[in-house]
Amino acid sequence: MTGPPALLVERLAYAYPDGHQALYGVDLRVEPGERVAVLGPNGAGKTTLVLHLNGVLSGGSGRIEVAGLPVSRSTLREIRRRVGIVFQDPDDQLFMPTVGEDVAFGPANFGLTGEALRVRVRQALDAVGMTEHVDRSPLHLSGGQRRRVALATVLACDPEILVLDEPSSNLEPVARRELAEVLLSLGRTTLMVTHDLPYALQLCPRSVLIDGGVVVADGPTRDLLADTDLLAAHRLELPYGFSLD
Amino acid sequence: MLYRPGSSAVHRLPAQVKIVCALLAVVCVVATPRTQFWAFGAYLVLLAAVWAAAAVPVGHVARRAVIEVPFVVVALVMPFLGGGERFRFLGMSLSEQGALAGWNILAKGTLGVLVSLTLAATTTPRELVVGLQRLHAPAVLTTIATLMLRYLEVIAAEARRMRTARISRGHDPRFLWQVGATARGIGALFVRSYERGERVHLAMVSRGWTGRMPDGGTTAGAGAWLAGLTPVVLAATVLAAAVLLR
Repeated sequence: MTGPPALLVERLAYAYPDGHQALYGVDLRVEPGERVAVLGPNGAGKTTLVLHLNGVLSGGSGRIEVAGLPVSRSTLREIRRRVGIVFQDPDDQLFMPTVGEDVAFGPANFGLTGEALRVRVRQALDAVGMTEHVDRSPLHLSGGQRRRVALATVLACDPEILVLDEPSSNLEPVARRELAEVLLSLGRTTLMVTHDLPYALQLCPRSVLIDGGVVVADGPTRDLLADTDLLAAHRLELPYGFSLD
Repeated sequence: MLYRPGSSAVHRLPAQVKIVCALLAVVCVVATPRTQFWAFGAYLVLLAAVWAAAAVPVGHVARRAVIEVPFVVVALVMPFLGGGERFRFLGMSLSEQGALAGWNILAKGTLGVLVSLTLAATTTPRELVVGLQRLHAPAVLTTIATLMLRYLEVIAAEARRMRTARISRGHDPRFLWQVGATARGIGALFVRSYERGERVHLAMVSRGWTGRMPDGGTTAGAGAWLAGLTPVVLAATVLAAAVLLR
């Protein structure tokens, strides 16, 4: 491989201020263009890892690089542009009166103005198929539409790597499939944190299994999900009626 | 809602101009000596002219002015409670001092409410926040106002869901002895709102927020200021006349 990896995490360890140790040395390398699922039971440290990727959490040991740029206090602004996090609950992410203003919030913070900003907003909404809702309030959209707008708010920042926290939670089957189609059409480096194993299989050729604050498995998603013993050891299982062989 | 959508010249004025205009107009009203009764009539005529220009029906403003009723009650009680010289009106003995004090509250309060309602009827909450920002109001205040606007509905929906869940488990908030559960519910709502606030903050920081809202407002040129402040100039003229003629 030439060029730096899209994401490099080395020996990342972190304890919350209350003493709870969430990460015990995570190693992860994601190449440009890869789509990787981060699997693991509740409390495995998945969200803690995500919040480290753009420097919202810091102070532990280890190092993180995004497209060759180390995460540190002085690079925080550029890091936050490069790492686009879509949070689990769209209501946490969307807070402006209209969809268009919300999508413009990120790029405006990163210095875009005028026509360039308008173009960026249009492109982002276009990518998720929400262009006609630009002037509506996020509150009046359906759950699936809100999720796609939340994705657009992050796409508008033109990130190097897209990080999705439980993208399929609370979505009806059709909205879930539509979101998958959008994500597959983007062609961006993606890190997807999820419990939804079929969704991981559909979207991510590679998966990383995290439990107890360390990476316990890393390989092709299909192989990982076919290993019933491995899944059972880490409180994961395929939904009823699913099997891989 | 307080806002009345429109495309009049008043609606199109930059919000910062309208905020300054409303503030100065209220200052003029408050500074007017209370015995210059005609001046308050003049202010009302000025306001009516603004309503006409903005195509805001009197009924729209009047219905929302009902919020003032508690102050009206206080104002109406004052002539009965005041001391000093008394006069007879409709067979009742009233205090002159009290009547003037009541009139003062009634006239100035009403005009103040009407000015605020006019501003709110022609300016969206979002524009108001941007206007305040352009007037260099502290960024913390404008940010809080923005978030409050957005999250009022989210928190109300959360409160509704919690109430539904309580009622589904046999809670009947009409009975006084169940007020405890309601109170604890409010506590839980506060904690949940607080936690949501933290998550919202994280999401904003992740999109590069540094404490200032992106400014989508329009800059106000000299023309806009001149046009926007015309009512204030007229109000100030009324005030000057009222003070000089006293």
